[in-house]
Amino acid sequence: MINIEIDGKQIQTENGATIIEAAHQAGITIPHFCYHKKLSIAANCRMCLVQVEKAPKPLPACATPVAEGMKVYTHSEQAVKAQKGVMEFLLVNHPLDCPICDQGGECMLQDMSVGYGGGNSRYQEEKRMVLGKDLGPLVSAEEMSRCINCTRCVRFGQEIAGQMELGQAFRGEHAEIMSFVSGTVDSELSGNMIDLCPVGALTSKPFRYKARSWELSRRRSVSAHDSLGSGLAVQTKNNRVLRVLPVENDDINECWLSDKDRFAYEGLNSADRLTKPMIKQDGKWQEVEWQVALEYAGNGLRHIASGAGAEQIGALATANSTLEELYLLQKLMRGIGSQNVDFRLRQSDFSADGKQQGAPWLGMSIADISRVDRFLVVGSFLRKDHPLLAARIRQAVKKGAQANIIHSVDDDLLMKVANKAIVAPDALVEMLTQVSKALAAEKQGQSASGEAAAIAKSLAGGERVVVLLGNFVQQHPQAAQLQALAQQIAALGNGKFGFLGEAANSVGGYLAQATPGAKGLNAASMLETPRKAYVLLNVEAELDCANPQQAMSALQAADTVIVLSAYKHHAMEYADVLLPVAPFTETSGTFVSTEGRVQSFKGAVKPLGEARPAWKVLRVLGNMLKLQGFDHDTSEAVRDEALNGVDVAAKLNNAIGGVEAKAAAATCGLQRVSEVPIYATDAVVRRSAPLQATADAETPQAWLHSDELKKLGIQPGTAVRVGQGQGSVLLIAAADDKLPRGVARVAAGHAATAALGAMFGTITVERA
Amino acid sequence: MLSPQITTLIDKELTKYPADQRQSAVMAALRFVQDEKGWIAPEDMADIAVYIGMPQMAVYEVATFYHMYNLKPMGRHTLTVCTNLSCQLCGSDDTVAHLHKRLGIGLGEVTADGKYGLREGECMGACVDAPILNIDNKQLRGRLTGEKIDQILAELDKQ
Repeated sequence: MINIEIDGKQIQTENGATIIEAAHQAGITIPHFCYHKKLSIAANCRMCLVQVEKAPKPLPACATPVAEGMKVYTHSEQAVKAQKGVMEFLLVNHPLDCPICDQGGECMLQDMSVGYGGGNSRYQEEKRMVLGKDLGPLVSAEEMSRCINCTRCVRFGQEIAGQMELGQAFRGEHAEIMSFVSGTVDSELSGNMIDLCPVGALTSKPFRYKARSWELSRRRSVSAHDSLGSGLAVQTKNNRVLRVLPVENDDINECWLSDKDRFAYEGLNSADRLTKPMIKQDGKWQEVEWQVALEYAGNGLRHIASGAGAEQIGALATANSTLEELYLLQKLMRGIGSQNVDFRLRQSDFSADGKQQGAPWLGMSIADISRVDRFLVVGSFLRKDHPLLAARIRQAVKKGAQANIIHSVDDDLLMKVANKAIVAPDALVEMLTQVSKALAAEKQGQSASGEAAAIAKSLAGGERVVVLLGNFVQQHPQAAQLQALAQQIAALGNGKFGFLGEAANSVGGYLAQATPGAKGLNAASMLETPRKAYVLLNVEAELDCANPQQAMSALQAADTVIVLSAYKHHAMEYADVLLPVAPFTETSGTFVSTEGRVQSFKGAVKPLGEARPAWKVLRVLGNMLKLQGFDHDTSEAVRDEALNGVDVAAKLNNAIGGVEAKAAAATCGLQRVSEVPIYATDAVVRRSAPLQATADAETPQAWLHSDELKKLGIQPGTAVRVGQGQGSVLLIAAADDKLPRGVARVAAGHAATAALGAMFGTITVERA
Repeated sequence: MLSPQITTLIDKELTKYPADQRQSAVMAALRFVQDEKGWIAPEDMADIAVYIGMPQMAVYEVATFYHMYNLKPMGRHTLTVCTNLSCQLCGSDDTVAHLHKRLGIGLGEVTADGKYGLREGECMGACVDAPILNIDNKQLRGRLTGEKIDQILAELDKQ
């Protein structure tokens, strides 16, 4: 620690800090544009010039390290003169089109020019003009003349997103921010550039000209689209969500937001929102009053329960339903005597149930990820499934951590990967077994060669080791074995292991007891052995289930299907009642993030049309069925009941016992490798037009190793028929030589592949 | 695609820098391409980026920053006239006018036969010989007069 003085205030600060950091710590504001605490120092805007005693001229506060006894004056005559001079230069070429600029009202340049700008300009000459650029559907760069070339967006791409998509081309007065050969910005974190831009050069394309910042009211919420639990500031006007911004929290999402969290709101008011209860009578859908629909649903359930038996009723919910919804759903089911309730729709191996000691979670706090020095990430489409966790791991790797990858695909993670083993899905267990053996040998000082040994060696060299299991492992048919092996490896490495949760409430579903328990049927068996009645909460069966074929045939054969959904979708084909429920912005609720953080939020807007929060619908259904304990007045009451006496921290436990690792039976033919594409994960995201226009949302292709394509006589780029079970779809074949041989990568969760079967297993690809 | 000659040259250049700082060779790589083709197309920049292992945009930044890289075809011979202060005082305007009369092109233009391209340049540090002319970024000619320019063009015509 060293002592400095800023504006006469004595400050103790760390050696190596810059003046601007020390000043901000002490609550002294220094004007700046290009400086950002999360980015590298560029010192190119010069706005932060301050006077330093004994320095002959003003110094940039963002790039000047503090020194013992330094005396800094941020508002002395010399400093202010310098700052005003810089401001005059910055405004020389700025169009001053604030009245038509989207940034107006939340613009750093506008704010700062009030303090440091002149009343009128001395500049009479022609201003330079920079042509607008098309950067894709999310980021608008229409008015690049407003750019002050701070290069925050460029540095964000290089340092946080891991790919340099924007750069500053040309020089001096001709310098401009652009992408290479008019390319789009495709990063899954690109929206943060909008927040970072201190002026109106990069603005939100979907939000363009929708509202002024001061007209918006702001509600805090929590992201429903991944398991991180990012804080959202949902901004609304006239009962409509118009924009979503991050709420800063260094322990969760820092000051960032993934594009999915930021732009999903565009799907909230899509044309296929369900706004009135509907029932099917004589094969025709009719809009009815709530009372009628609820009675119809209640009678349907009562009828099946008293006739065929309550165990003939199954309930399925998505893992991004709120804790309250999941809790009341299972309470309702158990109230009528059925244990068949589950939220783990894409899981295929449930053998861990009963052997697992608690709710599977990250195994550590999100903030701790930054302190890990050896990662083993197994089966994760890391960048797409967990964009901000990927960014966090990227930062850790930059600071010297080693990332080891075991997976069935080899996508570019935009970070340095120390070792990787890319194997077919049925070889994952074998690979982890080898790593475990090699690590045990390594601990005894024996080194071997090979991929597994290299990974083991890396893990053995670390002090804070973590094994992270991705969505691919959680959905894998040998998930329990993989979990047991991860546990073994973590124990050998004196480290931790955890799950990168799949959805917003992957942990919360366990806490809400929305799992079948010993006597009930889990999500897979409920569809495998069809029930007579189903209750679906937020589920789009053909997109959300592990095996869409099986799900659809079970639902189509059922007598009664009660659907609680925010949207009209394929359920129109098999459902009997559609109850319009509110998406997460229109209801209060709670998500438990993958690190076990319980976060409640309020509705940001009123439910659209006659839609109602699902917890209220479930409560009334409980009343109709004359069940006990359905008299909650608020969602908070439901939450308190669900978590009453529950020690959340104690419930989080990944430990598993009694699972033996067995190599999978040899498969013949191609194995399917499937991810759920980043913008296909849930109902809201699927309907967000701007997200669906991005490169990440392109129609899935059938990816094979080019040797496999050759064997099948298929040219990349041509149509192929991809088949599984009874169904087949036409896709375009594509070559990816980083894939292991013997696999075909065909995404799930997308309308184009919804006619296929299970996410894992054999798949056929032939010329169309 | 980069020609084998260029990749050989780049490989040699890369040996001059530490293995983890391969992007130091980008300026030389761009020069090799320009020497071969006369200009650097975006595809060439993309190829260089892949070969050296750096972002395409970073190559583009370098290529656009330095004035001597031709970002469009500039003819078989690129003539760069310095128009900075010393040359201007000594008559660079006359040089441009004479070249315009002889070649029929102005600054930034290429002759119809693709033989000559004319560019405006910044100070080349040879003010003692002003006004000066740079041929293909390789050769400086100074103390220009009409006759001297005709003589230079005659030499180049022969090549």
